[in-house]
Amino acid sequence: MSLLNTLPDYVLTTKTDELLNWMRKSSIWYMLFGLACCAIELMHTGGPRADIERFGATPRASARQSDLMIVAGTLTLKMALRTRLLYDQMPDPKYVISMGSCASCGGLFQLAYSVCDGVDKILPVDVYVPGCPPRPEALTEGLLKLQEKIMTERWLSRGSANREANHEDVTAA
Amino acid sequence: MEALAIYQRLTEQFGGRVLETVTQKLDSFCVIDPAAIVEVGRFMHDDPALAMDCLSNQSGVDYKDRIEVVCHLFSYQHRHGAVLKIKLPRDNPRVPTLEGVWKSANWMEREIFDLLGVTFEGHSDMRRILLPEDWEGYPLRKDFVEAAEYHGISTVRESPIIRLDPKHK
Repeated sequence: MSLLNTLPDYVLTTKTDELLNWMRKSSIWYMLFGLACCAIELMHTGGPRADIERFGATPRASARQSDLMIVAGTLTLKMALRTRLLYDQMPDPKYVISMGSCASCGGLFQLAYSVCDGVDKILPVDVYVPGCPPRPEALTEGLLKLQEKIMTERWLSRGSANREANHEDVTAA
Repeated sequence: MEALAIYQRLTEQFGGRVLETVTQKLDSFCVIDPAAIVEVGRFMHDDPALAMDCLSNQSGVDYKDRIEVVCHLFSYQHRHGAVLKIKLPRDNPRVPTLEGVWKSANWMEREIFDLLGVTFEGHSDMRRILLPEDWEGYPLRKDFVEAAEYHGISTVRESPIIRLDPKHK
């Protein structure tokens, strides 16, 4: 405490992990990517009323600039391959929110011949947002949950092995 | 012109190539010989009394013993419509394309090809339109069996709620 007391007022102290996580959670750029009716709610979430930009989440037009993929809508098998390609193009660290029933489990169209029942079959999903479609409030809640999740990550103590493994994944893709 | 009068006119013009005329309260139709469909279509399009300038819908149906292609025609000039049907065998169904008469047939015929496997001879671009190019089978056929997986993506999901389909048991 004595050391802290000697610091001038304009100096703040924190843990490195927390600083990194705080910076990252405050600039979750999500990919402009919608598949079906959930995308309408996704657009609304970015609009003035829900306005997730106040949490630092802003839409990016390119997968290569995005941190977050919000899978909004029914995922057909044809689109599933392309979705995986987009996910592989995103730089690490990357996150996925499965928005709505269809993305989470196929929803209404679970028994259809052309539908991939759940995006978690092709991508690792961080947050599932239920609803058909979820309201903008629900998606905002999902984003806040993702921020909580990011804050629990430990980048420095994670071990270099993990990071290298991650790196290899990216180069392999 | 009443639908009945339209079919009568067709019968007068084409005789035995109009195989059957079915009149019912709603959507009466006539069945056309597959080989004559382009000729009939051209006549209905060009004849001033019929002037069917719009192919408003073209679809296919699997009746288990046959496949039918259904064409819904409409005339904006006369405000009347007609329905033509073509009966085809289930094995290798082939029929001449109507693309040359109504351009809108292009995508609708591709859809029928995609989902029911009817080949339209003379079509300018006979490819699948909705499903992926490497898809196997025609899903709207009654005997279509869903593949267990597509490019390594399983088509079955263990669900605690839905038990409607045998594949989920």
